[in-house]
Amino acid sequence: MTKSSRQRLKGLIRKEFLQVLRDPSSLAIAFVMPVFLLLLFGYGVSLDAKHVPVGLVVEHTSPTSRAFTAGFDHSDYFQSYYFNDMHAARQALHDKHIDAIVYLQTDFDRRLAGSEPAAIQVILDGVDANNARLLNGYIQGVWQNWLNDRAERRGQRPALAVQLQPRIWYNSALRSRNFLVPGLIAVIMTLIGALLTALVVAREWERGTMEALIATPVSVREVLLGKLIPYYLLGMGGMLLAIAMAVWLFKVPLLGSLWVLLVCGSLFMLVALGMGLLISIAAKNQFVAGQIAIIITFLPAFILSGFLFNIDSMPAAVQAFTYLVAARYFVAILQTVFLAGNIWAIIVPNALALLLMALIFLGLALWRAPRRLE
Amino acid sequence: MNPVETASETSSALTFRSVGKSFLAGQRRISALRNVSLDLSGGVTALIGPDGAGKTTLLRLAAGLLLPDDGSIESFGLNTANAGDSLHRLTGYMPQRFGLYEDLSILENLNLYADLHGMDRGERQQRFDDLMRMTGLAKFNERLAGRLSGGMKQKLGLACTLINRPRLLLLDEPSVGVDPVSRRELWRIIETLARDFAATVLLSTAYMDEAERCDRVILLNQGSILRQGSPAEFHSLTAGRGFKLSSPVLSNRIIQQRADGLPGTIDAVVQGEAVRVILRPDAKPDWQACFSEADRLQSESASPRLEDAFIMLLLEQRPLEKMPAPICVIETESKAALSTTHQPPIIEVDAVDRWFGDFQAVKKLSFQVSQGEIFGLLGANGAGKTTTFRMLCGLLPVSNGKLSVAGVDLRRAAAKARSRLGYMSQKFSLYGQLSVRQNLEFFSHAYGLRNRQRQQRISWALQQFDLQEFADTNSTDLALGYKQRLALACALMHEPAILFLDEPTSGIDPLARREFWTRINQLAGQGVTILVTTHFMEEAEYCDRLLIMREGDILAAGTPAEIKRLGSQPARAPADNMEEAFIRLVETSEAAT
Repeated sequence: MTKSSRQRLKGLIRKEFLQVLRDPSSLAIAFVMPVFLLLLFGYGVSLDAKHVPVGLVVEHTSPTSRAFTAGFDHSDYFQSYYFNDMHAARQALHDKHIDAIVYLQTDFDRRLAGSEPAAIQVILDGVDANNARLLNGYIQGVWQNWLNDRAERRGQRPALAVQLQPRIWYNSALRSRNFLVPGLIAVIMTLIGALLTALVVAREWERGTMEALIATPVSVREVLLGKLIPYYLLGMGGMLLAIAMAVWLFKVPLLGSLWVLLVCGSLFMLVALGMGLLISIAAKNQFVAGQIAIIITFLPAFILSGFLFNIDSMPAAVQAFTYLVAARYFVAILQTVFLAGNIWAIIVPNALALLLMALIFLGLALWRAPRRLE
Repeated sequence: MNPVETASETSSALTFRSVGKSFLAGQRRISALRNVSLDLSGGVTALIGPDGAGKTTLLRLAAGLLLPDDGSIESFGLNTANAGDSLHRLTGYMPQRFGLYEDLSILENLNLYADLHGMDRGERQQRFDDLMRMTGLAKFNERLAGRLSGGMKQKLGLACTLINRPRLLLLDEPSVGVDPVSRRELWRIIETLARDFAATVLLSTAYMDEAERCDRVILLNQGSILRQGSPAEFHSLTAGRGFKLSSPVLSNRIIQQRADGLPGTIDAVVQGEAVRVILRPDAKPDWQACFSEADRLQSESASPRLEDAFIMLLLEQRPLEKMPAPICVIETESKAALSTTHQPPIIEVDAVDRWFGDFQAVKKLSFQVSQGEIFGLLGANGAGKTTTFRMLCGLLPVSNGKLSVAGVDLRRAAAKARSRLGYMSQKFSLYGQLSVRQNLEFFSHAYGLRNRQRQQRISWALQQFDLQEFADTNSTDLALGYKQRLALACALMHEPAILFLDEPTSGIDPLARREFWTRINQLAGQGVTILVTTHFMEEAEYCDRLLIMREGDILAAGTPAEIKRLGSQPARAPADNMEEAFIRLVETSEAAT
């Protein structure tokens, strides 16, 4: 790189930083949105079932039934509401005051004592299918615990011949925040790398400054680097901010090493920047560039990356499509490095995928970048 | 580096050899330039022509931002197709919106361009000082470019373009939207560059008076060069065929309308105290056809100017496109001949103030407009024109003072007043995806016209404005002149008593501008009051009375003739034209403070 080329590049980078600092909309995308998303997902959004309102209908109260329902009263997962008859409970479910009904019939005690199996009816509000499944599991857990307790108290062996002893690894508290916040880092970097970059380049076309730039001795490579370097730094800044908030504010454990995160983050940032630059080459107006960036980068990073929804449970066609979503590889790395540690078998293939995508997108951007006005 | 320097000594600054350029617009290929050849070395050359003639394309080709489809372009012996960097070192190009970064200060913009041109620190300071002195921007160093006035932006844009001392300077409409004072300063700079630094300057402009000052003029029409030569050569085309008509009994507007109806007339415009008429080569100055003895018509020959040739050459190109039906009618005469000042005022502005926070945009403004008058509001950007306009339309409340339009106090019944006025803005406010007919339907709905009345008005508009042919064309596909017609038609759907026109002719070529004013004159003749803002000082001549604003205050008010006298000291003759008068007024007011 010659001296004058270095000087041109420095000038472009300085200009870019001044613009970001003085333009409220760039500031919002680079700093305000990330913090807002982190706070929202850190505090506001939780995929765990907690204090779920459950209606308990006990037709004949007895010590046995009381022992059973106590399992709901003392659980963090439930908020129990008692109803005298099924009709009232049904109404409450219908009105969405409760999410489930657990129904113990009059003959619950008698059947339990006798040889006939005792029946517990569980009615779930299935509108939110995910929640209903979770709830069903929890309710079965309460029932299972109660059966075990009861057997032990009578000095019997538990009714089941095989007993499940679950151990949860990697996120032992099962806090959804612990995997949401690391995944969010990919979303934030997409925001800065693709959306912000696409917008600022489109703005240069709109305001006619690109025309003036091309008419100077500046080369296409310098113009691209002049965008890449500032937004790379900004994106990495966003990443460090998100990591800091994750570790110190939300107490997400970081089991792997920071440098792995930074190296993989850099690769992902290059992919995002490559996409942003490609979009800005196709769309020379801010509105269109913003729309395209949201649809092809931001939304997939949100929905198809495994950040919110498990990729394995998606239909096969959608799963195949997620291989095109760069955020998918990065989210896998993030969640692994945060919650499981440096597991190279996961990190290396995903990082290679990111490297490949970065080369393709940046290569395309350099190849397709306009050297003139058309 | 070396070949560049030797090349620049020997070859001409810019050579086009049979250049053609076309663009793809949707499915169609549109030819932007056809067989253009030119050769420039030294001096200032103006590129003129109607909107869409290909001026910007030509400049971009010269700057190497576009490549020609046919032919070749050389600058200092370097072919733009493969010269790349060395070309950019020799030329400076300023795009239409100056290419400034609005979030950066003046100094930061200059530093950026200095970096891009590889200028080192030591050299830089001297160059900045020179440029700042030249443009008078030194004391605003730290101000953001976005906060500069149009004139200052333009000078900064020029300074950025000049940083590397270009040998060829390409400027795309450098003076659009800039007030007359800044325009004059710009020209001082350009002429200095051409004279003292032997730079070659090529610029596009919509102002004929600017082209008049150049060494050479290129007239472009529909992508082809119609003619090129010195202004004097253009003058010779219409020599002896220009006349100034005036009459002590007829208003200039009537003279213009009648003269336009004469078969031999190419062009008739109001200019100062008289009407300027250009005749066809074969026509005799025979005024009897439209004027009687009683009119006491005075005729004298007028010295030729570039605009005459421009209009003539363009009209030769499109003989079929006729100006709106020439009017040689007597019926509106009695009305228009009346001095408009005797009519009752239809707009009354009394000591109106408008504050935005602690900034006072309009200061104790008072004036009146009579019915059937064409009233002009002039001033540079930021003078308070737009604020005044918005208050008059009832879009913005006044801070203090009284404002009544068509007898309605705007503080009490803005909506009622609005139903009596039509508004046409600079941007035309049309729905691009709707056809001409649909736009008309929408606006007549919006003004609450009922079924039959609506149909009547729509067919009136299509017919009156020659839009029938395009009734089903989307308005975005119309040529600028037609868009403007449609916008005017939309503003007139509800037959308003007052018409507000906000910079109605900016960016429109002289031909379309004439056509537009002919219509406006007809409307005024029918008793419609017209309020117009413009930065074309020349258009002020079309107004009955004017108000020139500066920093929220009235700088001058009166008829065009009065204003021209106002601007001069007793010893000096009245200003030749409105622009001159405006500059003198500004200078006087600055001297006073």
